[in-house]
Amino acid sequence: MDHTRRYERLRERYLNGGLDRRSFLGLIGAAGLAYGVRTPFAGHALAAAGEVRFDGWGGVVSEAFRKHAFDPYTAKTGVTVIDGTFGGGDEYLSRVKAGQPGEYNIAHLSGVFDYARYHDLGLSSELNRANIPNLDYVIPKLVTVLSDYSGGALSAVPYDYGTTGIAYNRKHISDDEAKAKGASLLIDETRKGKIGGWADWRTRIWMAALQTGQDPNNATDMDAVWDAIRKHRDLALKYWGSGAELMSLLAEEEIYVTEGWSGRIYALQEQGHDIGYVDPPNGYGWQECLFVIKGSPMAECEELLNFMLDPATSIAVAEGQNYPPALDPQKVDLGAKIPTLPAFDPTGTLSGLTFANPAYWNGNEQEWSKTFGRVQKGY
Amino acid sequence: MATVETREARQPWILLAPALTAVALLLLVPLAFIAVYSFWLRTATGADIAGFHTDNWAEALSDPFYRDILLGTLRIAAITTLVCALAGYPAAYFIARSKANRAILLLLLMLPFWVSYIIRTMSWINILGVSGAFNSALLAMGVIGQPIQMLYNEATVILGLVHFLLPFMVLNVYVSLEGIDETLEQAANSLGATRWQAFREVTLPLSLPGLAAGGLLCFVLAAGTYITPLVLGGPTDAMFANLVFEAIITQLDWPLGSALSLMLLAILGALVALYNHFVGMSQIARGFG
Repeated sequence: MDHTRRYERLRERYLNGGLDRRSFLGLIGAAGLAYGVRTPFAGHALAAAGEVRFDGWGGVVSEAFRKHAFDPYTAKTGVTVIDGTFGGGDEYLSRVKAGQPGEYNIAHLSGVFDYARYHDLGLSSELNRANIPNLDYVIPKLVTVLSDYSGGALSAVPYDYGTTGIAYNRKHISDDEAKAKGASLLIDETRKGKIGGWADWRTRIWMAALQTGQDPNNATDMDAVWDAIRKHRDLALKYWGSGAELMSLLAEEEIYVTEGWSGRIYALQEQGHDIGYVDPPNGYGWQECLFVIKGSPMAECEELLNFMLDPATSIAVAEGQNYPPALDPQKVDLGAKIPTLPAFDPTGTLSGLTFANPAYWNGNEQEWSKTFGRVQKGY
Repeated sequence: MATVETREARQPWILLAPALTAVALLLLVPLAFIAVYSFWLRTATGADIAGFHTDNWAEALSDPFYRDILLGTLRIAAITTLVCALAGYPAAYFIARSKANRAILLLLLMLPFWVSYIIRTMSWINILGVSGAFNSALLAMGVIGQPIQMLYNEATVILGLVHFLLPFMVLNVYVSLEGIDETLEQAANSLGATRWQAFREVTLPLSLPGLAAGGLLCFVLAAGTYITPLVLGGPTDAMFANLVFEAIITQLDWPLGSALSLMLLAILGALVALYNHFVGMSQIARGFG
């Protein structure tokens, strides 16, 4: 952010009563000093504008964000990024709901599904796209699917995408078998006690729809879906609750097969574990966005989002977290590693991925999440 | 001008005021919020409808799903308490009768409290896992040809709970045993009782309040846990607190979660009230030193 714009915003806050006279003059003085003598005072002057809280998925994902985005951003602007983690969107939504406006700022949420939920709960903000020029590099389809839901306004920027496919231990399951059986590997009775699964009702229903030959976005026989989930439950050793637990269960060979997140499985492969990964037909595709929650400091958030969408930052983060960035490969050279990542679409159309229909899933959330809670426990 | 009697009557309240304020603000007020919440309703979008609706209570009290999980939770808590008592009593007895090393033994007993409960629970994965220490040792010794699947079942949940709760039992029994005059056992011996008879007829009955206090603590803490089954349990090893967690966190159904948590609180509260009626809370206070 340039000094003129920063001054205008500080003045606006002062005139609106959001900043007392002493702080306003102090900040102007600090900015003037910084302008005069530059570093090291520039960072302090910018830091006075505040800090931004960012919550994400933890593990290698958070490490990538910290290393490639937050630390360079703080070094450049002086604005501190406080990063927290969560195990899932549901858990985080509970925290946001219980928190105060402004307590949580930016969250790394699952694409349209969570975007819709947060918007429906009145938690969405309105981004000024003019402050995020790097949004032009993003795959247009990923942007419009969000803005369409919120009536043209945008509360988040798309950041990456991936799939939830079938991960398996190659010592015990061949690539051919995994490809042939797909999601049905998760209910293969010969692997009883060596099967895992995410304790997430959407993923379980999606996989069960595939196992019963139904469209995951329009299952017509829910009894069959619940029976498939029960079968998986009875064969499974453990429901995992986080990416770290997923990686641990596979790496320690507690389980041989589970569905898994493409980036995490790639990370395991990079670490030398002989883990295979296959996306079955109609596999679970998803995008993730950086959602700005209502009540957040918009100027700082928009600046951070723009920084994170800068191709250099975005590519570095993508390579760190192993999920392809939302950048359009037709507009940006994504380098050597990203085209090798699972789920990467060189066309930028994402036509090969099946995404969750937010209206369908959100419309059934209350009933299905509750039913899954019971089925999961043996009912 | 206040009389001396009036000032003396006020003094306990003045001294208690900070603690009472803290209890009121940090326990009673949140509890009141939870009670109010339990009568609200959750909408499909996750928003809540304020009002006085008994739907959540009707569901929590009549649905066999909640009853069965509750009974299962009480069963696991009872088994855990029993194991803690059986394992903890001899340890407490040994510490109480140990003259020279008592301080070191007590320090060792307190040592686990210096490590996070979650870390302690997760450590079992490294011990009992397929590639954990136990399996590796058995494989190295040639006792087994293939790793044994020991984790993620009810037994490991109970093991994790015992690991967490054993010190509470030992401390309470120890305090009780330490308060017993050792000459009583000697007197019983001099009157012809064997050591076992002296223990059974004299020491054990006198230490029962400590055992009961430890038992109460272990039971209440075990029945309210959700981390242990989450980390060490299999798909169907959930306990009642997991239902509360899921209702509030996963399903965003805070009203139902509030009703469920109050239900658990009422049951455990009734147990504490029964204990207080028959034994008294002073023993637990002594157990904490």
